[in-house]
Amino acid sequence: MDHGAATTTTDPAATSAPLGPPLVELKDVNKHFGELHVLKDIDLTVRKGEVLVVVGPSGSGKSTLCRAINRLETIDSGEIRIDGVPLPEEGKALAKLRADVGMVFQAFNLFAHKTILENVTLGPVKVRRERSAAAKERALELLDRVGVKNQAGKMPAQLSGGQQQRVAIARALAMKPKVMLFDEPTSALDPEMINEVLDVMVALAKEGMTMIVVTHEMGFARKAANRVVFMADGQIVEEATPEEFFTAPKSARAKDFLSKILSH
Amino acid sequence: MGDFLSQFGELFATYDVPGAFWVNIQLTFWAAIFSLVLGTVLALMRISPIASLQWAGTSYVNILRNTPLTVIMTFLFLAVWTQLQITLSDDFAQNFFRFGVIGLTVYHAAFVCEAIRSGVNTVPLGQAEAARAIGLSFLPAARLIILPQAFRGAIAPLGNTLIALLKNSTVVVAVSVSTEASTLMREMIESNANFIYAIFILFALGFAVLVIPVGLLTTYLSNRLAVRR
Ligand SMILES: Nc1ncnc2c1ncn2[C@@H]1O[C@H](COP(=O)(O)OP(=O)(O)OP(=O)(O)O)[C@@H](O)[C@H]1O
Ligand SMILES: [Mg+2]
Repeated sequence: MDHGAATTTTDPAATSAPLGPPLVELKDVNKHFGELHVLKDIDLTVRKGEVLVVVGPSGSGKSTLCRAINRLETIDSGEIRIDGVPLPEEGKALAKLRADVGMVFQAFNLFAHKTILENVTLGPVKVRRERSAAAKERALELLDRVGVKNQAGKMPAQLSGGQQQRVAIARALAMKPKVMLFDEPTSALDPEMINEVLDVMVALAKEGMTMIVVTHEMGFARKAANRVVFMADGQIVEEATPEEFFTAPKSARAKDFLSKILSH
Repeated sequence: MGDFLSQFGELFATYDVPGAFWVNIQLTFWAAIFSLVLGTVLALMRISPIASLQWAGTSYVNILRNTPLTVIMTFLFLAVWTQLQITLSDDFAQNFFRFGVIGLTVYHAAFVCEAIRSGVNTVPLGQAEAARAIGLSFLPAARLIILPQAFRGAIAPLGNTLIALLKNSTVVVAVSVSTEASTLMREMIESNANFIYAIFILFALGFAVLVIPVGLLTTYLSNRLAVRR
């Protein structure tokens, strides 16, 4: 099963560059929370440069999938590889791998006691051991790119949700990650701030960043995604191009789900 | 009232009242520094991902917190010093002082640990997850992200621990000879029984003068340094 290769030829939304080799591979991944089976035999390959959107009803395991990829959640069985390397168990090797996987949370999670600029330079200086002047210069470039350079000296609580989330994206990008994970990055935002964050994400996708995005924003999926994966009850039920999925879903669960989010 | 004032005057003239309180202040100062260090290490053990360290930290806290300070002091003076002949200084008074600091430290470190842990509970889980997600391992994440926020959330309980420590510094002498506030009080009462109210008020005021600023300062600092979320 090679979804990535199939999408390069058939996907109308596919952007410029052809997709590269597999970057994130999940094989037969299972995860339980006590009795609850939250990830069931998940097989998924994301290629370099691919943008994958994950949708599904609440509790279907989307966050758990995302968090398993950088081992914020451990798995019970199966294998996860990033760039060919199996996820390390713990310690230095795991920390090193996490530095290569950017993560953007629903609740932003900016370091509350650090300025915006310090939030972005902390990783490069403390993890990548970059010189602080160089890290600062790059951080300001990134903040400029996401449109919040003029807020660099403020504390996170002084910024709006949309601004905080754009800083969180800059913080992740500062680590020069191989892949970026987004777990419902806009669902905690007021409606008028959603687009400013999605615009940054679309731009990132067009630049060729490999992205796994849990979101129900169909506009984003249509504009930027190569592929949509629909999850229900811990399983991948359906995979398709955004166009196919949103206009002609095959499974009953997906039809039901789409009718609910469209009626909002 | 005027009566009390003249009695105070006489007491101050006969005894070294500030000198006695100074001993309590010194005991408190050193024990506060060492128990802050030890308490932080214990708190780190308790929040660490390593089960054996968690267990060791929890055991320490539960045992020391539930042992009366007088028992710890007596153990140090009688068992360690007198029986095992372990001394920390050739000077007799210094030796008492150092054992006093150790006893106060090991006891209050358990409370400092719990104060810091309550501070850690004020830090949202997302902070630690974001720290791990950018590639910080446990110790750097604790040092750079968790503890700085936890300390700010723990200023009030740490202040309470400091106040308790200051008052508990009198226990050191229940088993020693050095002259600090409570020994001096006993001595005064023995030779000036008719001044009993004045003596009591003098020492109550003396501790109030030391404790109230600590309370005011910690309230001010915990508002001033609170992490805005
Ligand atoms: N730490 C946990 N302990 C126990 N159960 C959990 C834990 N985290 C998640 N779950 C459960 O696992 C299931 C999957 O959760 P998950 O957060 O992955 O779903 P989701 O698809 O992201 O849902 P949502 O759209 O609401 O964010 C849910 O039933 C949830 O209640
Ligand atoms: Mg979720």
